[in-house]
Amino acid sequence: MKLEQIQELQIARSQKKQVALATNLTSGESSILYPFDTNDKSQLVDAARRALIQDRPTEIETEDGPVFINIFNPPLRMLIVGAVHIAQKLSEMAASTGYDVTVIDPRSSFASEFRFPNVKMDTRWPDEALPEHAADRRTAIVTLTHDAKLDDPALEYALNSNAFYIGALGSTRTRAKRQERLEQKGFNVDQISRIHGPVGLDIGAQSPAEIAISIMAEVTQVLRKGKAA
Amino acid sequence: MKIDLDKAAKDDVIAHAIDWKSAGKKVAIATVIQTWGSAPRPVGSQLAIDESGNMTGSVSGGCVEGAVIQEALQIMDTNEHKILEFGVSDDQAWEVGLACGGKIRVLVERLN
Repeated sequence: MKLEQIQELQIARSQKKQVALATNLTSGESSILYPFDTNDKSQLVDAARRALIQDRPTEIETEDGPVFINIFNPPLRMLIVGAVHIAQKLSEMAASTGYDVTVIDPRSSFASEFRFPNVKMDTRWPDEALPEHAADRRTAIVTLTHDAKLDDPALEYALNSNAFYIGALGSTRTRAKRQERLEQKGFNVDQISRIHGPVGLDIGAQSPAEIAISIMAEVTQVLRKGKAA
Repeated sequence: MKIDLDKAAKDDVIAHAIDWKSAGKKVAIATVIQTWGSAPRPVGSQLAIDESGNMTGSVSGGCVEGAVIQEALQIMDTNEHKILEFGVSDDQAWEVGLACGGKIRVLVERLN
């Protein structure tokens, strides 16, 4: 493999492109593929496209021998609404789990660089900010404000998106009231049941860091096992 | 404000491989290309090694990295890519293996 190739790979990754690295296991020759930037229907590019969609590297047999296709999908994303104490811990944990994290909160005393050094912040209101972040199947959305004015619009957006995980902080009572409000907005029970609340796995978490662990654990469970227990 | 790229890159195997190579070191990259049974790291996982034996990333839970480094150090000089196979470890034998009972295939190649 050539240095220039992995430099190119690194640039593509930093641009959040879906990129694949194909290596012929007989010759050792590698090539970089951008399957979604081309209409190429060749066996190799097709296989790379499938591998990226399935988020799983693959090996194929070609005329020139076996080829291993490694894949580099853009990072998973987490959109956290509410720059609260738990968000300080959750943003760190999610980042070290490999998520590209954005914290959304219009309240400047919460969303300060002092409280969130090195975290991407969006200080617009959630209903304005979220559509621009275009949550997809590789995005988790977590609301942490306890404030219906901020959480509800975020949850309404989340329920209309393909986000793989939606979580909302709040007690069972808060959750019941939220359910009523969302029903009034026209969401049915099935839709609302996509929201994980009380958020996180029940591990008896108390401190902000412990709650962040329980949330991160639940997000991981949903990602890897399909749904929370 | 920007995401902390340095922090995110701390265990970024490719970033380290580029850094080491750019600093004039010999570098090899190992990639898990196949797994059977219960394997500690999924296909696609990578490990970068420099000529001093520094490593970042992983291809197993620490079970076979030592053996991979030995091969990698040789490949740095010979420039032959190699495919290594590791199976279940046998307490009676000398071979390196996976305690979990799985099997993995690892591609090791030099960075040129």
